[in-house]
Amino acid sequence: MKICIPSSGPEPGDLIDDRFGRAPYFIIHDTNNEKTESHRNDAAGGAGGVGPKAAQFLIRLGVDMVVTGRVGGNALEALKAGGIKVYLYEGRGPVREALKAALSGGLKEQ
Amino acid sequence: MKIVVASGKGGTGKSMVAGNLAFALSSGTPVTLVDCDVEEPDLHLFFPEGPCANTPVHIKVPHINPDVCTLCGECGDFCAFGALLVGKDRVLFFPEQCHSCGGCMIACPAGAIEEADMPVGTITVSHPEKNLTLVTGTLNEGAIQSVAVIRAAKMMAGNTGWIIYDASPGTSCPVVETLEGTEFCILVTESTPFGLHDLALALDVTMQMGIPSGVVINRSDGRDEKAQQFCREHKIPVLATIPFDRRIAEVQGSGTLIARIDPSWKDRFSALAKDCLALWEGS
Repeated sequence: MKICIPSSGPEPGDLIDDRFGRAPYFIIHDTNNEKTESHRNDAAGGAGGVGPKAAQFLIRLGVDMVVTGRVGGNALEALKAGGIKVYLYEGRGPVREALKAALSGGLKEQ
Repeated sequence: MKIVVASGKGGTGKSMVAGNLAFALSSGTPVTLVDCDVEEPDLHLFFPEGPCANTPVHIKVPHINPDVCTLCGECGDFCAFGALLVGKDRVLFFPEQCHSCGGCMIACPAGAIEEADMPVGTITVSHPEKNLTLVTGTLNEGAIQSVAVIRAAKMMAGNTGWIIYDASPGTSCPVVETLEGTEFCILVTESTPFGLHDLALALDVTMQMGIPSGVVINRSDGRDEKAQQFCREHKIPVLATIPFDRRIAEVQGSGTLIARIDPSWKDRFSALAKDCLALWEGS
């Protein structure tokens, strides 16, 4: 399973960015091989439609789950159409903390 | 002649100038007044109610045939505005993001996309005065395609006689679309730091578009040195000064045109039109 966390930077130690579509990076952890990779979000600086564009990017990458603080209506609809589950995380710390919370299974599905 | 009334700042008196200008001109020649402030058109309030004809404005949006679509993702990748999303079992379309470019139709290798009409507004045409045609563009609630509605209103207004376009406040796409293809711009300002600040922005737009302009100072308290100085420095003429006058405010506030009830103001607005014509011919 691939878990994606919108991040302010490219490292798991960087703080999460709670704006899904406008987060500068996506950090993706694959539970199958325990590998973590980061991707720049090219949609982040766009004028509009950033949520669906970011969602399209994650669908292409085969992401299964997004853990985020906030997600807009269009982005949520887009993620769901791509079969990606969205979980809300209210913490403000580093990405690895959000990942830990996601793996522990205690987050609420949006 | 095609004249736009613009300002940058809101509330400086664009509609007041546009309405009076069109009314004054209409006593001698056919005039079309176009309300391009499509988010909140209100010029019709200056004129008697009467019969009008409504025409819907549509934009082209993609319609995806799910039986033909292979979910390949090409359209979603192509769309620069995030209007299309290719999911696992369906394509989502976000109409508010669509710029009607038609590119997704070309990008689709399966031929699954056709263009469909989506309503975004209405053009209303009426003839409230002898010799005066009023064309009003109204953007639908929830729609964001003001430019498409302004373009349709301008098309409906045609190309003959005097055409006065009342622009929206600001200096972005709707104002640029209103100015496109016109011959002169009246910039209405007031002698406040805010009026002057936004006058500079609006003047910049007209200059970049190569449209000659002149300034009308509205609600003048007689201390217009800064506005006058700005106009001198930028070599734009001050076409008229409208005083900060209780009677004008009362007339305006009651939804009436000062040119309708006061012949001297009718003459002043007629003269303003002639000055614009002379400046355009000399430009």
